[in-house]
Amino acid sequence: MKFPSLAIGAALLALNSIAQAQTKEPIRIGVIAEAQAVAGSSIPQAAQLAADEINAAGSIDGRKVEIISYDNHSSSAESVRAFQRAVNQDHAHAVIASYISEVVLALEPWAARLKTVMITPGASSDVITQNIAKDYEHNKYTFHGYPTSTSLAQMVCDAAKDLLVNDLKMKTAVIMSEDAAWTTPLDAGYESCLPQIGLKVLDHIRFSPDTTDFTPIFNKIEGLKPDVMLTGISHVGTQPTVQWKSQQVPIPMFGISAQATNSTFWKETNGATEGVLYNAVSAPDVAITPKTQLFANAFEKRFGNFPSYSGYTAYDDVYILVDAIRRAGSTDSDKLVDALEKTNWVGTIGRVQFLGKDTPNPHAVKVGKGTISGLMLQWQGGKQVNLWPRDVANGKEKFPSFVKVSSADR
Amino acid sequence: MITWQILIDGFAVSSLYALGATGFTLIFGVSGVLNLSHGALMVAAAIAAWVAGSDFGANAYLCAAFGILVGFVASLLTYFVVVRSMQLSKRIREDEKEIFILTATLLWGIMISELIAYFYTNNAKTVLPIVEGVVTLAGVRTPTNEIFTAVTCWLVIGLLWLLVNRTRAGKAVLAASMNPRGVTLLGIELGSIYLAVWTIYGLLVGIAGVLLGMFLGVSSYSVGPLTASAFSIVVLGGLGSVSGSLIAAYVVGYLETMTAYLVSPAYRTIPALLLLVIVMYVRPRGLLGRR
Repeated sequence: MKFPSLAIGAALLALNSIAQAQTKEPIRIGVIAEAQAVAGSSIPQAAQLAADEINAAGSIDGRKVEIISYDNHSSSAESVRAFQRAVNQDHAHAVIASYISEVVLALEPWAARLKTVMITPGASSDVITQNIAKDYEHNKYTFHGYPTSTSLAQMVCDAAKDLLVNDLKMKTAVIMSEDAAWTTPLDAGYESCLPQIGLKVLDHIRFSPDTTDFTPIFNKIEGLKPDVMLTGISHVGTQPTVQWKSQQVPIPMFGISAQATNSTFWKETNGATEGVLYNAVSAPDVAITPKTQLFANAFEKRFGNFPSYSGYTAYDDVYILVDAIRRAGSTDSDKLVDALEKTNWVGTIGRVQFLGKDTPNPHAVKVGKGTISGLMLQWQGGKQVNLWPRDVANGKEKFPSFVKVSSADR
Repeated sequence: MITWQILIDGFAVSSLYALGATGFTLIFGVSGVLNLSHGALMVAAAIAAWVAGSDFGANAYLCAAFGILVGFVASLLTYFVVVRSMQLSKRIREDEKEIFILTATLLWGIMISELIAYFYTNNAKTVLPIVEGVVTLAGVRTPTNEIFTAVTCWLVIGLLWLLVNRTRAGKAVLAASMNPRGVTLLGIELGSIYLAVWTIYGLLVGIAGVLLGMFLGVSSYSVGPLTASAFSIVVLGGLGSVSGSLIAAYVVGYLETMTAYLVSPAYRTIPALLLLVIVMYVRPRGLLGRR
């Protein structure tokens, strides 16, 4: 009676595999973000979009991807509680967290203590990865999915060389940045690279992120007569931009203005952002990779606006985590760290690879040609137009009439 | 140059402070209510004006009108839902009512600010300016809107002065702020005086909020600092004294502006707060306080 026993055996095996498919644990990714801030609100939305795409395409080894999101109200203390809850209660296998450096720096020791992989889609302080260099074994669970401030400063300088020094013959600059963890290395980067490209730094103004009246700051900058203001702003955005326009400050703003990366910034400033130049690693109309515009359009279709800068990276981070889990064949944190270190993923912002553990910034994304090269965009007539690098540019510099753009004008 | 800059900028900021603090002190003077949802009501008015422009495409005048309307309605809602219900409550002991109302308005303000952050994010918004462009005053390039702000503030304060000193209803309000019991003896219902004061307050808060939104911009984070600045101006001027608040608004406004220009914008609010502490020591009832 060979045949029936075979049939029974096959049936049992089939039943077993169905049962396995049903009990296969989902891959749980915790997302801790600033749901009430323009820059942070795209993070959980983009992560959910990526998870839905992965699940619709047939999930990963039969495991669905599940996003559990937590609103941290832009607070480090709430983020730490959310992280503990994500790991201990909701059993997240990895966490995507925040665009604020202070928040990520507060979470880093918890990623180490709870041995859980954390990746940030938008914070930029160099200290995040310097901590990993100091104590790799302990801090290796943190990954930095966005360029460090030093890299950002370099990108801005590279763009400034072409756009400001070569095109507009500018010679002098004043650095204007908010007082926050991410701008300390940014300002140091600006101060070292601006003189190298031929822009003399006349002064360096750091202001409190609580500032509401920027008149005294603009007044001081104007008194120094620079050709350009190099910005480092993220927590503030609307107020300096609107007051720059209403006071008709004749000096162009160029640099990092994180809120300007969001497509709603035009509405928030009632169009005052016209002419503002800002760095980004992605934009809805720039085909950085074949995935960029597909993602931006899918996001816009679902949520009604284009994502902020950290939306692109959060979307990529879900894919990167899932890819690493697939390669590691496990959600075990140590195996996941090994797999993530070998990441070579073409996402929406370019090719994502992490720096090795023997570098000064382990687990920071590599920047430069072939990986993430950065863009310089400008708001023009309600649109975010890319000016740099030239090979992916879709417009030329254009300034509102109150801005004077060459030294000869003054 | 910098002197003129400080004089002009300080005047605009101080006028706005004066308008904001007037309503706040009026309510305290008449009904003894410290309305800690003051900042939230101003922000609600400004955000509403922004929404009218960006979501419904309204022009600057309609935006401003809608903002003022929302500030007005929100203030009356505050009065009926939060303040009046507690004043009339039989379950709260009379001597505890003041602290209950204080706490309730604080919580109400937090609720408004969280609702704004939930629906419109905590990023700052600015209201469409009614007048655009700049004019040069004594060599200082000044946004026309800044002058408009100062002029409007003084027009409104002037109208308020006329109302209080020249009309019967206004005189009743003034009398109630001096001696509430005396007014009831004259056969005037205190409830109707309260309602009149909250109506005036609603208009003032709406106008101040919209002007602030045009001039500097607001976010849900502004709620606390706005309440705190109105509170310190009113305490400095003397709780309940309108003219004291006006003087205090200019003292605080100019002190802040001078600090921002001459020392650093980062220390803007510190000297005014130190002054408040000193005044509390030397003259606890404030500059022109009666009680």
